[in-house]
Amino acid sequence: MLKTVTGFFRRHLAAMHSADTALNERYIITKSIKHFLSALFRVLVIVGICYTILAPVFGIIANSFFSNKDAYNPMVYLIPQQPTLERYQMAIDILNYLPTMANSLLYSLLLMLLQILICSMVGYGFARFKFPLKSLLFACVVITIVIPTHTIMLPLYMTFRMFDPFGLCTAIFGHPLSFMGTTTPMYILTLFGCGLRSGLYIYIFNQFFRGLPKEIEEAAFMDGAGTWYTYFRIMLPNATPAVITVAVFSMVWQYNDTFYAKLFLMPQSQSIGLRISSLVANIANQYQIMDKTIQNLYLDAGIVLMMLPVVLIYVFLQKYFIEGVERSGIVG
Amino acid sequence: MKKRRLSLESKRKINGYLFILPWLVGFIVFYVRSLFMTVEFSLSDLQMDVVNGGYNLTWVGLKNYIYAFTAHGSFKQILTSSVLNMVVDIPLIIFFSLFMALLLNRKFKGRTLVRAIFFLPVILNAEAILDAIESATAMVATGVSAASQEVAAESAGIGMAYYIDLFGSLMLPKSVLEYIVGATDRITSIISASGVQIVIFIAALQSIPSNLYEVAKMEGATAYETFWKVTLPMITPHIITNIVYTVVDSFVSSDVVTLAYNEAFTNYNYGLSSVFSLVSTLVTCGILLLICGTITKKSSFYN
Repeated sequence: MLKTVTGFFRRHLAAMHSADTALNERYIITKSIKHFLSALFRVLVIVGICYTILAPVFGIIANSFFSNKDAYNPMVYLIPQQPTLERYQMAIDILNYLPTMANSLLYSLLLMLLQILICSMVGYGFARFKFPLKSLLFACVVITIVIPTHTIMLPLYMTFRMFDPFGLCTAIFGHPLSFMGTTTPMYILTLFGCGLRSGLYIYIFNQFFRGLPKEIEEAAFMDGAGTWYTYFRIMLPNATPAVITVAVFSMVWQYNDTFYAKLFLMPQSQSIGLRISSLVANIANQYQIMDKTIQNLYLDAGIVLMMLPVVLIYVFLQKYFIEGVERSGIVG
Repeated sequence: MKKRRLSLESKRKINGYLFILPWLVGFIVFYVRSLFMTVEFSLSDLQMDVVNGGYNLTWVGLKNYIYAFTAHGSFKQILTSSVLNMVVDIPLIIFFSLFMALLLNRKFKGRTLVRAIFFLPVILNAEAILDAIESATAMVATGVSAASQEVAAESAGIGMAYYIDLFGSLMLPKSVLEYIVGATDRITSIISASGVQIVIFIAALQSIPSNLYEVAKMEGATAYETFWKVTLPMITPHIITNIVYTVVDSFVSSDVVTLAYNEAFTNYNYGLSSVFSLVSTLVTCGILLLICGTITKKSSFYN
């Protein structure tokens, strides 16, 4: 058995070098079969996994068009027989869709801009300047990535409940300020580089700036540009891949986040995620729809509404984004 | 009077500090201070001061810790199960994402589309969406109504049991088989948890200089050898990055965090909640150090 196998391979090896055309042809055929099989395997795996990812999304979209009858008809699968837009009507009504969405998007957009500005600055500082304690401080950045915010959620809550850093607020306003129920804590945290996953963004920018050639800056310096001018006019425009990566990440994650929104008791009008989490309860209370299956149809409609802007942004920026992730050296 | 001018070097030092200043202030004011406060809370009994809006601390020493480990009903179980889930999932996610990255790194038609689809779970990671996706997965697999669900479960059940049995007769150890079956059961959650990891690995694969592959080819290395001798050593540091990311990601969504959150904001037992947070963070960091230590030791050939 073993001998035949080794013989088989030896023959193919010989085929590679010999001028024997018949053997050579056979070699080419086995090679192309091999190629075909590996391509087939790849297609199968990719199709299978894409199915696992996309199927639930399609399921949610299909569900949101089901009428009550469809939901209980065992013959109906994915394509509704009596499609209805009633789920969307009610979901838009309960979510107060357009104003909430506008608020939500504005909130994530502003925070995204802040994140880009602050994190790129800090990343640039770590990438291009030499100063004492630099490696220790950068280790601290990594620590902020590794230790989750949940560890410090209580102190954060307490801090912003009575916001009084170094007694500044008492000195100015006469009493500590309470930021509960507003979005201010998030802006403050982001402004000081402690927002949602800021550590990761700093890391991405740092890696990217380290990969840029030093000559660009030297040329700018020779021409008399100051450090800040160089940064804003030369380095930041050159960092477009990293900026796009961070922009999409921070926009989407901020938009999806409900942890901080709940922690700082933000009003429901500010976050569509909060509204979604109370959608089912609202439907049960206001419209007396107690059936779990039917409630879920409304929830699905709400979720489609919530996903819509994110998916649109993603579809438009997708190409730049994935290129950006790959080029920005999210890895070291 | 002659003004002393700063040298270029010290000017750049100051500028460097100016650039990182916002983060430095935030890190000290919000992060370091908060960490100390968490430790302080865990060692005290915290009462909210409703009138003035502040809080009062009473020092109780290790009482909260003793309570959490000896008297609390579910903390130990939840902590163990969260950690176990994490440890079980890490190799699965890492292997899966490495495999997918190798697959996607080749050139083929529709690659952009496939990559876009693979990254979709990262975009749809909101809590509500994840819950809905979970229930929709079951729906798509079996159909909406109860009747068809039963039929589907029956037919699927028989088929699955048969095939699992078939693999069982391959003399595989039972624990290995169960692990694999469990992994395929959770394939959806594994796929949706490995979006970022896949991208990191793809980026890593593309950063390997192509001349290494050329050399390997010239020396007559097979694809198999090339993978073990060139690809794997080159991406070992990124395996560590990915492990860190996976651990942190799965910790954030684990039950321990929910427990700590509920303890603080529904039971108003702030001290105990701090204990939960601290202990689980320490355990996670311990695991991280352990894994990364082992990998760096094993992969000493990396220069």
